[in-house]
Amino acid sequence: MCDTCGCNITPGNEALAHERHHGHEHTAVEVLSNLLDANDHQAAHNREHFRTHGVLAVNLMSSPGAGKTALLEATIDALGGQCRIGVIEGDLETENDAARIRARGVPAVQISTGTACHLDAHMVHEAMHAHDLDALDVVFIENVGNLVCPASFDLGQHRNITLLSVTEGADKPAKYPVMFRASDLVLLTKCDLLEVLDDFDPAAALAALRALASEAPLLHTAARRAPALAGWLDWLRTELAGLRAEAPAPQRAVAE
Amino acid sequence: MAVCQALIDQLEALAASHGATRVTRVLLRVGPLSGVEPALLDSAFGLARAGTVAERAKLQIERLPVRVSCRSCGHTSKAAINRLLCGHCGDYRTRLVSGDELQLARAELEIPDAAEAAG
Repeated sequence: MCDTCGCNITPGNEALAHERHHGHEHTAVEVLSNLLDANDHQAAHNREHFRTHGVLAVNLMSSPGAGKTALLEATIDALGGQCRIGVIEGDLETENDAARIRARGVPAVQISTGTACHLDAHMVHEAMHAHDLDALDVVFIENVGNLVCPASFDLGQHRNITLLSVTEGADKPAKYPVMFRASDLVLLTKCDLLEVLDDFDPAAALAALRALASEAPLLHTAARRAPALAGWLDWLRTELAGLRAEAPAPQRAVAE
Repeated sequence: MAVCQALIDQLEALAASHGATRVTRVLLRVGPLSGVEPALLDSAFGLARAGTVAERAKLQIERLPVRVSCRSCGHTSKAAINRLLCGHCGDYRTRLVSGDELQLARAELEIPDAAEAAG
């Protein structure tokens, strides 16, 4: 709308416009709204939709190459039929990660974000409806590899997980506080490399995490060593049981 | 940029609901733990506002400090973005009081004939 051609004149204010000369008043309006209200509203809807279907939604975040997809592959293999998994993959380009997940016999929906460096709640909403939620127990949302922007966008997940690989610096939580602070769980990945990487100190990573006032557990994992996944799988089972206890879904069979 | 687009959407809706033709001034309150960098938001706003009600709006961003309240000793203290420990007793079990805001606080609107209509 503009105030030169008259396109701001509607049937509702037409009388005023014609009766009076144009005058302007500057009015200050107190708003106090969150800038991401629209995203947060959609995210709340997504979260409730997952919950009513008894599906635990987990948002996986990390820098590129920290091992999100490898962790998912190993998790799928380890859980086998115990838990029905679906995946939403976020990448700037390619379907490569979705193809890797599908090769494990698990449904995966790829979101190609183009130039966007993060997923948002609207993208996840579409992908969520591309999955048959009644046939799933857990949906993993693999966010775009980026430790900055994904932290600001609620997707409607129940839990945030950030991966920190031991090939990165142990001070990553201090460098990217927004993301690590928002994490319910931090997974130290590629821990099988710790024996040859003497410059990564897990205690320093834990201290940097605690300095963010975070009480999130820091678990050691190694996607290539099945026994090293035990703590992570226990966490996942506990979270799923917690969600089901809080929101029983009586009309569907629960996989054991 | 996505944050900026969300801001423009809110300003468009706000202007429409008040019958305003233009937004002349915008005040945001941003805390560092929102993950949004005020300088980047400012330059993105210069692009995003083109052709909208906020085309000539002046953007003002108030930066809020990070403050935590201690769950152990109860004190409230200022903190650094990556060191959210209690400034009094040093405990890490703190609660964020301020610092993660990303808020549209106030907007100044230009409303044609509003003074006469109200008078």
